[in-house]
Amino acid sequence: MTFLLDVLTATLRNATPLAFGTVGETYSERAGVLNLGIEGTMYAGAFFGFATAYWTGYLELGLLAAVVVGLLAGGLMGLLTVTLGANQHVSGLGLTLFLIGVSEFVNRLAFGAGQRLRKIEPYPVIDPLGLGGLTSQYALTYVAFLLVVPLAWWILMRTRFGLALRAVGENPEAADAAGINVFRTRYAALMIGGALMGLGGAFFTLAALGTFTLDIIAGRGWVCVALVIFGRWGIWRAVAGALLFSFVYSLQLRLRILPGWEGVPFELLLALPYLVVIVALALSGRNVAYPGAYLKPYRRA
Amino acid sequence: MDTRGPIGREPRDAASDAPVVELTGITKRFGDLVANDRIELSLRRGEIHALLGENGAGKTTLMRILYGLTAPDAGEIRIDGRAVTIRSPKDAIAAGIGMVTQHFALVRPMTVAENLTLGRGRGVKLDLRRAEAAAREASERFGIRVRPDARVGDLSVGEQQRVEVLKALARDCRVLILDEPTAVLVPQEVDALFATLRRLAEGGMTVVFISHKLGEVLSITDRVTVLRRGRVAGTAETPDVGERTLAEMMVGRPTIGVTRRDKASRGRGVLRVDGLAAAGAHGLPALRDVSLEVAAGEIVGVAGVSGNGQTELVEVLSGTRRPTGGSIEVDGRRLGGRGVPEALGAGIGRIAEDRHASVVGDLSVAYNLVLERLDDFRRGGRLDQRAIRAHAQELIERFGIRARPDDPVRTLSGGNIQKVLLARVLSREPKVLVVSQPTRGLDVGATEYVRSQLLAQRARGAAILLVSEDLDELLTLADRLIVLYEGRVVGRLDVGEADPARLGLLMAGRDAEATSGAAA
Repeated sequence: MTFLLDVLTATLRNATPLAFGTVGETYSERAGVLNLGIEGTMYAGAFFGFATAYWTGYLELGLLAAVVVGLLAGGLMGLLTVTLGANQHVSGLGLTLFLIGVSEFVNRLAFGAGQRLRKIEPYPVIDPLGLGGLTSQYALTYVAFLLVVPLAWWILMRTRFGLALRAVGENPEAADAAGINVFRTRYAALMIGGALMGLGGAFFTLAALGTFTLDIIAGRGWVCVALVIFGRWGIWRAVAGALLFSFVYSLQLRLRILPGWEGVPFELLLALPYLVVIVALALSGRNVAYPGAYLKPYRRA
Repeated sequence: MDTRGPIGREPRDAASDAPVVELTGITKRFGDLVANDRIELSLRRGEIHALLGENGAGKTTLMRILYGLTAPDAGEIRIDGRAVTIRSPKDAIAAGIGMVTQHFALVRPMTVAENLTLGRGRGVKLDLRRAEAAAREASERFGIRVRPDARVGDLSVGEQQRVEVLKALARDCRVLILDEPTAVLVPQEVDALFATLRRLAEGGMTVVFISHKLGEVLSITDRVTVLRRGRVAGTAETPDVGERTLAEMMVGRPTIGVTRRDKASRGRGVLRVDGLAAAGAHGLPALRDVSLEVAAGEIVGVAGVSGNGQTELVEVLSGTRRPTGGSIEVDGRRLGGRGVPEALGAGIGRIAEDRHASVVGDLSVAYNLVLERLDDFRRGGRLDQRAIRAHAQELIERFGIRARPDDPVRTLSGGNIQKVLLARVLSREPKVLVVSQPTRGLDVGATEYVRSQLLAQRARGAAILLVSEDLDELLTLADRLIVLYEGRVVGRLDVGEADPARLGLLMAGRDAEATSGAAA
């Protein structure tokens, strides 16, 4: 019982950055832009969030820095794909390489190449209900699941801005003819998405670890891209996918130290959550209806 | 900004003849092409005004400029006598202009109500219930029936068009532009649309009706402006002009028109299709038990609303799609479903629906002309360049293709590409000719040419299967017609006993006898 509770508690914690990332990516893609800059945006959010908190001593300023970096990254993606109409795959991968490069460069300049770990005092685990276990989480986890996810869904599905965003991703000609500014709407979607990705990255440095290490995101941005397809561009389904991935991830972490599992190579266990995502994608990802304007820049004829 | 209602306003008696919209000196260039050259146009309140012209005459460009979708290079737009700048559809909508574009500007996965409320209203929250109520109210007010909660993607093309019209009306437009609105409709839907437009015009709405079909223009509009090669060829009161005058204004010379004179000499059956079945996209059945026969020297027309199996029929006959049942015989020899070489070898020539997909744009005219018969131009392992060029030269002359042998095909106009395809197919003198939408998007001159070539092939003794969405074309060229609906042959008639109303009912999948009185 404690084993399961333990796994579930870790699931929520590990799913937090994925929830931020999938919601951010869903916003971009619903507006018609595949943002492969997500991996780099999370990385930059993690680094600049950490660096700002380290230098100023305020974790809140670190969060703010992660948001600002995310907004800028989303804006840059917008400049490339919306204004200049560049290929979205290339732009996104380029953005990721650029942001990881910049983060590591500044990291080296500021903190040197040495292996000495710089630490900050991260956000503590809180337990507002005092039940221990499942409810004892980081504040950011509460924010993600109780505030960001429902609010993101509400904005996307129940506001005029959300309707415009979805229309721009499905049929930009129709949105344009209806008097919606396609460019502005796509920029807004990318920047909101970028800010959320930045926050997702900052969760690692400002809450979970309290430090910045190289390769800190380790492909979780790519996982988010897959989860958005798994979720068929719906917020709830994508977040459910994030929870599933995190559950298997947390499970395998604990299986490793369980007696009787020593014989199983840990690499195999490590691959397990990714295999689950691939299988889930293969089962649910067939014949999905992509947003109508996916990957297509908009130009008036 | 102001509070004018869309229709049913108090008529402004003194000013009612003053133009609502005035365009002066509108000019738009795309590279070397002058799409609009100093165009003058004025629209009155409560009139239905036709904008008539061939494809590429600049009709759509002009109206896209008025609706803010295209920026003009020069010229002035006046609305109610005041000069305005229209930078985007948003400005146009605010000025009371609505447009139904040829490719509908609807978001297919969304409901009718969501589409109607898109880009409108104030406040953060999207009130779906109120949007649906507003859609229902507008639908009743204008007498245009649509279900507010239906998903647009599930609606028929005619219904989608109604949504588009309603969308413009719901935004209180005073000028409604319709770009080739009848191209996608069956005759009954056209009647319903025209009734709606007349009602709107009586209420004071100005309707701009873009078309290249003379009959429609004469039957519905009050005035007509003809565009030719980007210029105004003239404006007239519709009752004062006849079909011939308008055609001349459009083309710039008298037109002869192609007519089929002799009666079919009904030779032996050359193409025989029996119980043919095939699957379409997503593996759904697209053709079910299709049987037909085409005799030498006969044109059999295939009518139907697009998407009822015509594409698949042409593909199966061309060998690019495998049938799932039934048989195809040419001259008594059964085809074994072994693909394109077999079909070509049996003497089937085909002109496909998408002419740009039937040529290789980057290859020269000469190469495109021999693509289907490379074996004939081979010397050992090499292609005989000189023979290919000579062949091209000959066909260019014979078919009047305006291009040189070395020009890449993609630089040719649609009409000339179609001529290349005709030349490629006809030079082999096929026994069976399968032709799909041969004149879609072509101007009057090229259309005449293509049709006369088809009739020449018929006189030569070819068996021709003609798939077309243009009913006039079918009625002019074909000897017999079959009607496809949901992949089945739902009607077979001689062209003499076919009229648009009856065809329309068959195309809509309704049995002609049962519903002949209830057309609406």
